[in-house]
This record gives sequence, structure tokens and C-alpha cells, in this order.
Amino acid sequence: MNMAEHDDAVGLQRVNGAPMPKIIFIEHDGTRHTVEAEIGATVMETALRNDIGGIVAECGGSCTCATCLVHVDETWSPIVGPPSPEEEAMLDSAFEVKPTSRLSCQIKVTAALDGLIVHTPAYQGR
Amino acid sequence: MNETIKTDVVIIGAGPVGLFAVFELGLLDIKAHLVDILDKVGGQCAELYPEKPIYDIPGIPYITGQGLTQALMEQIKPFKPTFHLGEMVTTVEKTGEAAFRVGTDAGKTFECKAVVVAAGGGSFQPKRPPIDGIEAYEEKSVFYAVRKMEHFRDKRLLVVGGGDSALDWTLNLQPIARRLTLVHRRNEFRGAPDSVNKMRALVASGGMDLKIGQVTALEGADGMLAAATVKGADGSLSRVECDAMLPFFGLTMRLGPVAQWGVKMENELIPVDTAAFESNIPGLFAIGDINTYPGKLKLILSGFHEAALMAQKAYRYVYPDKKLVFQYTTSSTSLQKKLGVA
Repeated sequence: MNMAEHDDAVGLQRVNGAPMPKIIFIEHDGTRHTVEAEIGATVMETALRNDIGGIVAECGGSCTCATCLVHVDETWSPIVGPPSPEEEAMLDSAFEVKPTSRLSCQIKVTAALDGLIVHTPAYQGR
Repeated sequence: MNETIKTDVVIIGAGPVGLFAVFELGLLDIKAHLVDILDKVGGQCAELYPEKPIYDIPGIPYITGQGLTQALMEQIKPFKPTFHLGEMVTTVEKTGEAAFRVGTDAGKTFECKAVVVAAGGGSFQPKRPPIDGIEAYEEKSVFYAVRKMEHFRDKRLLVVGGGDSALDWTLNLQPIARRLTLVHRRNEFRGAPDSVNKMRALVASGGMDLKIGQVTALEGADGMLAAATVKGADGSLSRVECDAMLPFFGLTMRLGPVAQWGVKMENELIPVDTAAFESNIPGLFAIGDINTYPGKLKLILSGFHEAALMAQKAYRYVYPDKKLVFQYTTSSTSLQKKLGVA
């Protein structure tokens, strides 16, 4: 496994005085990205803004394509919470779905998610 | 079937931008046929977000994907476009000065004066499950669509998925299959409740099997399936003998055959000029999400603008000897007659 580490956006940016939450994306090959996320943005948007591999997001965040699947790290899964029924139904169109899998367009960044770890899959259906 | 259709312009893609191109071309007396791989018009608006809101259509503060599609269909009605739905354009050849031949996978051939590629993110095609070696079975014993039901008579079938396609084909094929097994990742189905009830009744009466899990491996030889491995939610593996598998995981956009038409491409997009949105091949235009140019934004409204300018240039290929006079729909009686309002 290539455990190359890229800390892409570890800066001192602050919004309204509050530090920006950090999100750690780990790609299927082990590549790790630590990025800062805007509160209120989705994890999918955060991934796209930071060129994280493995997120396609074909529908642009409408919860209709299931190509922004992530596996939430087990320690974080209870904090992130389960998918809504609409999202759960959409997970039927994703592959290798695990109990901790979520669509990243449906996870909104909050201060409580500072340090969140999500794993991006090798394949999103294309 | 080998039908040749003569028309002015073939529009590839019946999404919002392809539909609006009919309007802009129609105002200039240019007739159009549209081809789309989906069985409905609207493109991504219909397939990905029919019920989702769009907030940035000029003059329309809020509209859904379906609403916009319906409004565009109403707007282009006076121009009586012909739709070829559920078909994919496979070939585009330039055969002369302002002459193209366009072929579809349904065997249709068009002869036209200009081609407008409004193919968005490409063609919607079925998602392929990530199972090692699945490609070898495709079109032999793994199918993403049912063309002939008879093909599945007396076979042991594995249908995979939890939506309406999976349920409908389960119910349609169960009576003729030797044995049908439906595989789904959870014991809940998002398909129509009536179909779910019918499927559950068949399972209860022993008419078919339902397995909860995900297909992880295939066995077989020469493209013919012998069995599939299903991994349950608890991690247990089971083997299901089968002759054919039908996975239904929805659609994804793939570029498709565009890359084989000889048109210049960059990162799966067609570079165009911003005066006419024409590619490196004169008479072959690209509008909407499929094109690229400095400053490009993938917005429906940008595609609409591109369609209007494209039509001005297309006019020169369709009517090389006529002079084009710019007119407004608000004041031109001639345009209003075309729209059926004068």
C-alpha cells in the first residue's frame, strides 16, 4: 500500500473566528489528504474542491446517482449518523456498500465533524 | 432495418440544451431530428433530478428538472421536431460540403447538413458491477437489459438490484425461468410497493428465491456463467448456480462513441470557438456540457446561449444562398407565424 501523505490545506484560515473543521480523505490506495472544510458545505463538495480521487458526483449533489459513495471510518460512523431513507434507497445503486457507507453529498460539515475520516472507494460505477 | 432519413440537422442528445436548439434552429426554418439514448426526453434533468429544483434559469426563480423539460417541449412544439429515443448515435461521417451521414445503433441512417452534439456528460449507460472478469460474460450471459424474454426461458436466472427494473424483470421472467433468484443488498426494496408484494408472495410460495447480499464473484467458462458467489450482510458466502445474470444498478454517464468520430477532443470534451460553438470539423457543432472553451461554465443557461449562436452559423450550411436577417420574436410577424402566434 502506498501510504503517501498529502496535507493539502493545513493553514490558519478562519471563518468568523472559528477554526475550519478538517476532513481526512483516504483513497483506496491509501493516499491520505487532510483538507479544511467550510461549515455547511457537504463532504462531497469538500472532496471536489480539493481534487480528492474516487469521488465522481455525477448528479452534482442531488442524491440521485450514488457516485459519491464514501465509507465513513468506524470511529466516526456513530457521530456522522445513518443515511436518510432517501439516501438508503440510493445506496442500492452503489457497489460494495458497507454498514458505514454514506453518500458524501448528504453529509453536511459541522464543527462536530472536525477530524472526520472517510475512505473513498476504487470504483463508483464508471 | 435500414431507413435513411433526410433532414437539415441531427441533434445528438435531447437534454435541455438539445431541446432548446430545436427552438433556435426552428426560428431560422431549420428542421431537426433528435436522437437520445434514454427512452425519455430531458437528459440529466429527467434522469438525475426530475424532482429537484433548479434556481438559475433566467426569469424562472424556481423550476424542477421535469418542469423545465415540459416547458421546453411546449416551447418547441411549433417546430414539430422528430425524436428517436432509446437509440444511440454510433457513427458521424462528413460526406461532403455541408453533408453528414449519421448512424444509430437501431440501424437508422440520417443524411443532414449539420450535426449538433448536445450530449452533455455523454451517454447514460448501465453501471457495471465491480466483479472480477465480468466483462467476459457481458452480452453472453450477463445482460444489463432484456431485449428478448424468450432468451431466458428455462434458464436459471440471477436478477440483482432493488429498484423497479430489478423487480419488474423478476416478475416478468419468473414464469418462464427454470429458477429465478433475486439478489439485493438489504431486505427492503425501493421499487413500487405492488411489485414488492408480488415478489414477496412468489418467495413465500416457493416460486423464486430471494437472497440478501452482494454478488462478489462469478464462475464459468467461455462467457457462459455457471455460478455466482453472494456475500451476505454477515460476511457469509454462498454459491448460486445460474445460467444468466441481470444486474440493475441504474445508469451512469460515459462518453460513448463521440471519441470515434474524428472530432478533436480534450479531456473528453469537444473544444469549440465561442462565435458559433463549432468543432474543428466545419458543420459539426457542440453545445452544452459536452463542449469546452476558455471560461466555459457547465450551466443550462450557457447551453441556451450556445444554441442561439450555433443556429446562426448552421443557417449558412443549410441555406448557403440566403441572407440571414436578425429578428426579435417580440416584433417580427414572420417569427411569430413560425411560432403559431401571429
